[in-house]
Amino acid sequence: MNEIVQFENVGLRYGAGVETLSDLSFTLYPGSFYFLTGASGAGKTSLLKLLYLAQRPSRGLIRLFGEDAVTMSRERLPGFRRRIGVVFQDFRLVPHLSAFDNIALPLRVAGVKEKDLVTPVAEMLDWVGLGDRAEARPATLSGGEQQRVAIARAVIGRPEILVADEPTGNVDPDMAVRLLQLFEALNTLGTTIVVATHDIHLLSKVPGAQMMKLEKGGLSDPTGSLRNPPLPRDRAQ
Amino acid sequence: MLSLFVIPGHDRRLIPEGRLSGPMPWVIAIMIFLTVLATAMGLAFAEAGQKVSDQLSSRATVQIIEANPVSKAQQAKDAAARLRGMELVDEVRVLPPEEIEELIAPWLGQTGSAQGGSQAGSLLEDIPLPALIDLKLVRAAGARELEALRGAIGPLAPSALIEPSSGLIAPVIALVRSLQWIAFGLVILLAMATAAAVIISARAALNTHKETIGVIHLLGGTDRQISRLFQRRIALDALLGGILGLICGAGIILLLGMQLSALGSGLVQSLELSWYSWLIIGFVPILGMILAMVTARMTVMGALKKIL
Repeated sequence: MNEIVQFENVGLRYGAGVETLSDLSFTLYPGSFYFLTGASGAGKTSLLKLLYLAQRPSRGLIRLFGEDAVTMSRERLPGFRRRIGVVFQDFRLVPHLSAFDNIALPLRVAGVKEKDLVTPVAEMLDWVGLGDRAEARPATLSGGEQQRVAIARAVIGRPEILVADEPTGNVDPDMAVRLLQLFEALNTLGTTIVVATHDIHLLSKVPGAQMMKLEKGGLSDPTGSLRNPPLPRDRAQ
Repeated sequence: MLSLFVIPGHDRRLIPEGRLSGPMPWVIAIMIFLTVLATAMGLAFAEAGQKVSDQLSSRATVQIIEANPVSKAQQAKDAAARLRGMELVDEVRVLPPEEIEELIAPWLGQTGSAQGGSQAGSLLEDIPLPALIDLKLVRAAGARELEALRGAIGPLAPSALIEPSSGLIAPVIALVRSLQWIAFGLVILLAMATAAAVIISARAALNTHKETIGVIHLLGGTDRQISRLFQRRIALDALLGGILGLICGAGIILLLGMQLSALGSGLVQSLELSWYSWLIIGFVPILGMILAMVTARMTVMGALKKIL
């Protein structure tokens, strides 16, 4: 199985401080589902930033889609970023755009024609239960609604990897389950999912998902799955 | 450049565009207004300098210095006849005494002769003024050619001097040229100030929309896509401000033009703008917009390169 992400002895240091992440070595495989857990401040968000190319590591090697992401030129980054969907912990919705326009943003950035994006965006709005809030600005949406818009924006472009930072943090349990079902559906279509969460109850909701646990910037591997390719999810279940 | 203005509406909404809402269009309007005035001044001086230079570089004056008025008149007549037959000379005109008196009237006051000769004591009788012959040459003559003219009339008027008019007007031409270059220097300084204002505005806009830019970047937006949004916004601000500045500047120029032509004085009257000067002035807002656009693009691209 070809790896989609490969970390080798990766370290991350902000400024002259101590390393936030130390000696991370792991491999993620296409079509797998990973939970990234760890206490607050363990470095989950920093690790996700490395995954969605918002940060370069201070040391080590990162291979993404088979290419060296550490020395990759800035000009090539946008092309790689379009293959990654991100749900930010703070949503990062564009405040002056409607829910529709926020969700359509990745498609417009990728140059999708306007007539080709109306239907998928409307469907995505319906799926996250915001079909009637298409024209609402983020400021008029509740925290949970904003989070759903952020998730819809992350998945609308059918990314090869979906990286989600606490995606269920602001939604009720029912919606959390529905969102995980969406992630699972995407995963079934071949998208690699990485969900950072401190909610251990979520882990049991996705059978066959692998767990990565961060402790003080280091990675522990309780399931051992990071050393070996995981079983296909249909067999794991 | 056209593609700059046909960015889809949804892309334009990424960076809100409030028309004439910020200080930028007004700053540009003031800059373009001053640039239009400086350009008009530079072009008017350039045209006036050229016009005066063209008119005078092919003219010369022959002075015949002779105390005896009868002999002086005869020498002037003979020299004029000789000059008329020369290839280099286009027109010859012996200045009548009244005209000579008028020329010196600003320094010595009106004399009897100039006032109709009714008063006693014409200046020409009191001061031995030279006879003057105005020459229009077929082209601007060099020192050697003027010396040849002098040689030709020397046997007829031994005391004759030939002075090219360009020599007399040279300091005025030099002054006009200096004013012209000062005006064009002002245009360059104003362009630099406009570029500086655009840099400040672009940086402020980048700072205001930092979050949006970060999101677009992480969604796979390119520096070029982002810079186009800012370029368009600043180019439109510059165009609006530029048109406003042009209207005000052109109004002032027209007003000054009317006042100058009312003066009716030689050099001042030559400070007119030709149609191609007006064309250049009309292009000032467009050039200002291009300058603003290029500056904005360089500023935004430079700033984005510092971000991963």
